[in-house]
Amino acid sequence: MMELVIVSGKGGTGKTSLVGSLAALSENMVLVDCDVDAADLHLIMHNNVQKTTEFIGGKRASINDEKCTDCGICQEYCRFNAIKHEVHTGNKGGERYWIDEHACDGCGVCVRHCPEQAIDFGEVVSGEWYLSDTPYGPLVHARLGIAQANSGKLVSVLRQQARLLAGNRGLDLIIVDGPPGIGCPVIASITGTGYVLVVTEPSMSALHDMERLLQLTAHFGIPTGICINKCDINPELSDQIEEKARELDLPVLGRIRHDEAVTLAQVNRKSVIENGDGTAARDIRILWERVKDAIS
Amino acid sequence: MKISIASGKGGTGKTTIATNLAVALANTGKNVAYLDCDVEEPNGSIFLKPEIEEQFDVAVPVPKVDLDKCTLCGDCSAACEYHAIAVLGKTVEIFPSLCHGCGGCYDICPEDAIEEVPRTIGRISRGVGMGVEFYEGRLNVGEALSPPVTKALRKLVTMSGVTIIDAPPGTSCPVIEAISGTDFVILVTEPTPFGLNDLELAVGMVREIGLPYAVVINCSDIGDSRTEEYCHREEIDILMKIPYDRQVAEAYSRGEMIFSIDSRYEKSLYELYLNIVNWVNHDGTSHSQR
Repeated sequence: MMELVIVSGKGGTGKTSLVGSLAALSENMVLVDCDVDAADLHLIMHNNVQKTTEFIGGKRASINDEKCTDCGICQEYCRFNAIKHEVHTGNKGGERYWIDEHACDGCGVCVRHCPEQAIDFGEVVSGEWYLSDTPYGPLVHARLGIAQANSGKLVSVLRQQARLLAGNRGLDLIIVDGPPGIGCPVIASITGTGYVLVVTEPSMSALHDMERLLQLTAHFGIPTGICINKCDINPELSDQIEEKARELDLPVLGRIRHDEAVTLAQVNRKSVIENGDGTAARDIRILWERVKDAIS
Repeated sequence: MKISIASGKGGTGKTTIATNLAVALANTGKNVAYLDCDVEEPNGSIFLKPEIEEQFDVAVPVPKVDLDKCTLCGDCSAACEYHAIAVLGKTVEIFPSLCHGCGGCYDICPEDAIEEVPRTIGRISRGVGMGVEFYEGRLNVGEALSPPVTKALRKLVTMSGVTIIDAPPGTSCPVIEAISGTDFVILVTEPTPFGLNDLELAVGMVREIGLPYAVVINCSDIGDSRTEEYCHREEIDILMKIPYDRQVAEAYSRGEMIFSIDSRYEKSLYELYLNIVNWVNHDGTSHSQR
């Protein structure tokens, strides 16, 4: 079973449009959307949600006003500045201690230090994940609750579910749409994976972001290839990206030309491949043949 | 006045708006600080080209166990919600990348066998570029936790002028850390299904944390009209619409400001700022302030 993860460093370089197109070109595959705080892949996959499961991200502390004696010990120990002491609508209008749920890191230190056992510490549902059917194969995706943490943990759940599903149904390829950046959810998306395809574009920003991402994939020792999207926006920079790739001994598996059909496909809620046969669609087909060779 | 620029979806133009707004304001004689809080992939320096004057490391405290004092009781491991410390055989294993630096293990150890040592996870740079006070947080490659770097950066900058905060994409903890406590949030989007879906999530986020906000639509003539319809339906103000311009896209790709292509943007960004000031000063009159 092969797992291919598409990431970019910089956001908006075309990861999701590309993943949708690769899905349309491949068979026996499970799709995963690991961009859990801004998941878009399902929008072009004609998905039907078959199963919804709550995601427990971690614990959160909350002060029980009945038991709290206003001693303030909890605030002294909290390193996340989550314990406030000011008028708040949720505490009967008085000046009482309360916990800002967005600042609370769920460490439990305040719970142990409270002399009155006045702090509740329970698991919180911080999102949900879905198993969908699509015309191309099953899709595992999620929605992290608004302003919630622990996206890395949710990403790990999605990848694990995809592997189970692929095993059960005898599917031999998992394609993962990754998040932007190089932090927690990206690390959770790529650790231990088979191949990383980096989608970049010819801009100084994207080049800078790609270099950091390539340091990360090298750090984890993951085989990596590169694809240059909208390559004709700045041909010189596209050549610079190729040069960088050569320096690092990494393959550039494809160049995709700028094509308005990519946005139109999205507006039509279709993948670029499904939407018609323009320049971008042709470039993606060539890219896919090379990716298949790279991962086989 | 602190204005943060966020988006939900990546690549919609946060850094373009943030850097150009900062320079437009500095050009009117204002004292302006730009904070690059996209610490995983900071790009502001590419556009503002600052001379860096100072750099500091950002460290988080991680435990170090004195095995001569340790009795292997396991209290530290039981107390750690992040599974960053575990008693294994005759030793205590620490997983620094999982540690959030809460101090729980250090507090609970009955033998006083744990001390905390700093572990560097990123770096802050300060300088001046294009008349703007420039600050950047940069997470070290391989580190997972970006919020401590953003927090350190936010703490460092306490100035009286205008602070422009360039947030990371998404709607989870790194974004919250960047935008919380700001006076106004500009949500930059593009009028496509992905842009709209992520805008709706970003609107949910700013409503949840209770900050006033409005929208800038970039590449406003691509895609479809559903983003504008959504904003009208939800009574969200659209501060500015920027049409797609291949020359602007090319200037961006080279790391240049949009003023270099179209000087009118300097005036329109200043007007955008005046609009925001007006809303913030007349608390509650903004449509989006709900």
